[in-house]
Amino acid sequence: MASELTRMTAADLAAAVAAGETSAVDVTRAHLDRVDAVDQRVHAFLHVAPDAALAAARAVDERRSAGEPLGPLAGVPLALKDVFTTTDMPTTCGSRILEGWRPPYDATISRRLRRAGIVILGKANMDEFAMGSSTENSAFGPSHNPWDLSRVPGGSSGGSAAAVTAFEAPLGVGTDTGGSIRQPGAVCGIVGVKPTYGGSSRYGLVAFASSLDTPGPLARTVLDAALLHEAMSGHDPCDSTSIDAPVPPVLAAARQADVSGLRVGVVTELGGDGYQAGVLARFGEAVELLESLGAKVAEVSCPHFSYALPAYYLIAPSECSSNLARFDGMRYGLRIGDDGSRSAEEVMSLTRAAGFGAEVKRRIMLGTYALSSGYYDAYYARAQQVRTLIARDFDAAFERVEVLVSPTTPTTAFPIGERADDPMAMYLADLCTIPSDLAGNAALSVPCGLAPEDGLPVGLQVMAPVLADDRVYRVGAAVEAALDRRRGHPLLDEARGLGDD
Amino acid sequence: MPITRDEVAHLARLSRLALSEQELAHFAGQLDVIIAAVARVQEVAAEGIPPTSHALPITNVFRDDVVVPPIGAAAALDQAPASEQDRFRVPRILAED
Repeated sequence: MASELTRMTAADLAAAVAAGETSAVDVTRAHLDRVDAVDQRVHAFLHVAPDAALAAARAVDERRSAGEPLGPLAGVPLALKDVFTTTDMPTTCGSRILEGWRPPYDATISRRLRRAGIVILGKANMDEFAMGSSTENSAFGPSHNPWDLSRVPGGSSGGSAAAVTAFEAPLGVGTDTGGSIRQPGAVCGIVGVKPTYGGSSRYGLVAFASSLDTPGPLARTVLDAALLHEAMSGHDPCDSTSIDAPVPPVLAAARQADVSGLRVGVVTELGGDGYQAGVLARFGEAVELLESLGAKVAEVSCPHFSYALPAYYLIAPSECSSNLARFDGMRYGLRIGDDGSRSAEEVMSLTRAAGFGAEVKRRIMLGTYALSSGYYDAYYARAQQVRTLIARDFDAAFERVEVLVSPTTPTTAFPIGERADDPMAMYLADLCTIPSDLAGNAALSVPCGLAPEDGLPVGLQVMAPVLADDRVYRVGAAVEAALDRRRGHPLLDEARGLGDD
Repeated sequence: MPITRDEVAHLARLSRLALSEQELAHFAGQLDVIIAAVARVQEVAAEGIPPTSHALPITNVFRDDVVVPPIGAAAALDQAPASEQDRFRVPRILAED
């Protein structure tokens, strides 16, 4: 029974708990057992909290016994990216500078998950301060892709994605700044969604690039992602950039799963040279599938998307150089070299040199460079203008079509170590996902098969206008249903990296 | 124009990062490659295009001014590297001259 519980969807688990067919405690124990069995190899978690998880599960079971109504995900376990503050677990952001830090408050996302009766199993591994595409930038060692343990699970939300893929948790929460939910979702063969910017709260999310950071769901099915999207989203007065509008009807859209008559645009600029052949082949088939399901497909050019990557690597590091100034070793976190003889400034510099990893240092210095007087206009200001042009490309495209599609990533999961000291090669992993971060619109990655040359998952990216998040769920659910029907089983049944039957 | 070791040392100083000689040399090479790549934004004809600092148009946002109890000194200092007399203890801030 234990292993059966870990293979179930979040929707089915919640229904089984609500109907009394199983208990939240049994569901939680089954997932904790699975974590015990596989996480030494996957390393999805930085911190597992069995006592807190079981206490949360017991509370759900007690509410049920008392006849109280349960939310649609009550009793379902979840892996929370270690970038959200939690009062009962450490919050490290994958960094030595915050090792063991216990925040004094819960992030809005953490609070909403708890209130929904979702059981937080622990904190998931990530690239340090969410900077990276592989989790190799975690100070605590990389996570491993459950399809092939020698490969990366993507990043920066790679721990959350690996936990969901390895059946350690049916749900994960990540954050997307340049693709950090969709890219790990794609290379792990699961669903990852970046909601519209401002649709999910940043309060208590340790900031990387504040104009881009967006929390969102990771799940094994589009419906589960929609359930989590609804549970975590909505206006938060504690976040001044939170949108004060109703959450788009993502759950209804995921259930509708109908693309007949939908106008779909294939982005010319996101494909071709530099893309793996098997990725392009599976993407092409997914587009044909959409047509066969009744969608009207056209090619759409977004000429400035070619400049999204350089613009992003000016804007995000600039914001990070400012945001990470708060880690100064004075009020919390690591402090190095305070021997009574050194000044505060010297202690700060020693602390930051010892506490930050190489990628974080690179980005802080890159941002400092881009914001320097003399370079500001040529770099940061120009990148902000490019950001405007990219948003205008989206606006023009969405006058012609209702959604845009592309591959989520140019390649499948790459081997651990391959790009670790080649920053530009690593940055290319986010080539297709960055435009939606810069424009702030909604985007999803849904698996569309395995690349024939390496047998690894390929993601289809679906992009929709701001606050039209429901459209990406509609398309994602239609593609998922058609592919599952054709294949006869879910894609993840073919993942063999952990030697499961 | 390549990024020199001295420029990286200047950036590191501004960024409060006490880097080793080895790190300075390593980062100089990498930052040079990255800056050359991101400089492509200068190819874009952007005259008269307004900058976007934020994905969504944002104006001042207000919420009700509700009094809530503060977290208190004990909780605020709980994770401090050093504290003294209910305050954060920090290294000297001014130079001794």
